[in-house]
Amino acid sequence: MRRLQAIALWIDERLHLTKLFESTAGHTVPASSGSWFYVLGSGTLLCFVIQVLTGMLLALVYVPSASAAWTSLIFLNYEQYLGWFLRAVHNWGSNFMVAIMTLHMIQVFLFGAFKYPRELTWVSGCVLLLCTLGMAFTGQVLRFDQDAYWGLGIGVAILARTPVLGAPLTALLLGGPIIGGQTLSRFFTLHVFVIPGLIIALVTLHLRLVLSAGINEYPTPGKRVDPATYRDEYEALLKKEGVPFVPKAIGKDLVFAGFLLLAILTCAAVFGPAGPNGPPDPALIHTNPRPDFYFLPLFSVFALLPPYTETFLMLVGPAVGIVVLFLVPFLSGTGEKSARRRPVAVISVILIMLSLSVLAYLGTFSPWSPVMEAWSGAPTPVQLVKGRSPLALQGALVLQQKQCRNCHSLGGQGGMRGPALDAVATRLTRDQLIRQVLQGGGNMPAYGKNLRPDEVTAVVAFMQTLRPDYQPGARDSAMPAPAGAR
Amino acid sequence: METSRRNFLVKFGLALNAVAAALLAVPLVGYLTGALRGRAKEQAWITLGPLSDFPIGQTRLAKYENPFTVPWDGDTGRVPCWVRRLTADTFQVFAINCTHLGCPVRWFPESGLFMCPCHGGVYYADGEHASGPPPRRLYEYEYKVQDDRLLVRGGRLPTLAQGV
Repeated sequence: MRRLQAIALWIDERLHLTKLFESTAGHTVPASSGSWFYVLGSGTLLCFVIQVLTGMLLALVYVPSASAAWTSLIFLNYEQYLGWFLRAVHNWGSNFMVAIMTLHMIQVFLFGAFKYPRELTWVSGCVLLLCTLGMAFTGQVLRFDQDAYWGLGIGVAILARTPVLGAPLTALLLGGPIIGGQTLSRFFTLHVFVIPGLIIALVTLHLRLVLSAGINEYPTPGKRVDPATYRDEYEALLKKEGVPFVPKAIGKDLVFAGFLLLAILTCAAVFGPAGPNGPPDPALIHTNPRPDFYFLPLFSVFALLPPYTETFLMLVGPAVGIVVLFLVPFLSGTGEKSARRRPVAVISVILIMLSLSVLAYLGTFSPWSPVMEAWSGAPTPVQLVKGRSPLALQGALVLQQKQCRNCHSLGGQGGMRGPALDAVATRLTRDQLIRQVLQGGGNMPAYGKNLRPDEVTAVVAFMQTLRPDYQPGARDSAMPAPAGAR
Repeated sequence: METSRRNFLVKFGLALNAVAAALLAVPLVGYLTGALRGRAKEQAWITLGPLSDFPIGQTRLAKYENPFTVPWDGDTGRVPCWVRRLTADTFQVFAINCTHLGCPVRWFPESGLFMCPCHGGVYYADGEHASGPPPRRLYEYEYKVQDDRLLVRGGRLPTLAQGV
């Protein structure tokens, strides 16, 4: 026993481990910061560690070559022992990392932890957010399937909209004239070397800043941050109720970390890995590219922005958003910390998260996209053809055959790009229907060239019967109302 | 004397490293930006197949091997395009990529429209914008007919910065 102690002392004398411990893991924190709200940062770090571990193991099998990447993913899923599980853990680790990081950021924002003297902690955290999103995007590309191929295409198309520099930037990103072998190698390098290296460096800085500025105390409403007195107050607080982080304040972090790890493993085991879906062959055009959930809000925004603002907002919008994020501690670096006294902060968080959630939700079923199979797959509801004239029935066929259903729904089935047609006769008169079909407009293509006159007559005759519950049809106000009509 | 020699060594050391770093940076940056060199050459005539593959009045999907590939491109080197044959010797050859954000457009002969699965862009049979967010008509290849075969000029991913 005594010998062991002597060995320990010998080692400590040379490595200064005790000192290191005192100034890092054992540093003093306000007892109030040992809160359940303060476990999210370490949770994010835990996710990153899981990603590094599983990522290194996946790289033992994965082949970063455009011709073999997809096959190696299939091999991982079905041949490599436990390959599917490691892919699943890596996938769910990334989902949880983005989610927990977002919660961490919201918590830091609402607790005023970005205020004096922790501005740079916030800034380094913002860079870490960008790095993590970078990992999410590049990781999605490495899962080299159809979604990856076309998702990359979307990225390239956005980049190419940069004025003047569009073409060279595209070439730099692709590494060649098309999306191919060199492109995948670039994303592999980013995902495996560049961004993780940056993350490790930035996490080190982030933690160093947490140590040097001290962890944020649990905010008290009415207690304002004043740079002139804050440091002294914090020191006094540490003296009064300071406890060493290890072992006194780390308990909740440990419990959360344990549950987080179990949650990731459970999700991985239950839901399995993501994809790959079809092989990344651009000639397989019957595909429906969708990004992973972190990029769904962006995907939706691209469909919903007015086209004339699009290029500007795609290029400038994210930049402005990022700059604002970076500036937060410099715009409001002092004053109230507690969310109870910062209504604008609370409302901003609610609004931003609500917008992102709604956009992501819309992205999951993308109502702006034509439903490519509706014309051949969605039956015409029986009640809409019952008792119709032969001409109207012919029109129902035309409506189906000419793919109107890809954008217009009947009985809830079909596209949502255009309005549902179930009650179209109550909104448009015969003349308006004819004009709309022939000339299009309001985001509808003109069908004048693709419909024969008899087809137009038939489809309009059918649509005129689409007024449920005996509602009166739309009426031209320039014409005298028929007797009995309201 | 001692101090000034040390000062000199520090300054000389810094200068020497700056020069060496610049010498290192030149090949590094050059290597990284290698993709920018010879960009103008990324165009070549590619055969799409015999004219008989493309019936008059129809729009058909054609595929070609991209002329500028690396051996490990795999499937990604196979590029599809839409060939519309108007008459015996007039064609329109469209890139597969939507002009909005590059997703693959699909041809629907029944309604005579190209539809994009991503954000709802729609084009007419002649490539003209019909509806949705695309900022311009479909990208169109330059083509020629030679020895009863259809050839197009292409080789790069079309974007708003640079057509096919």
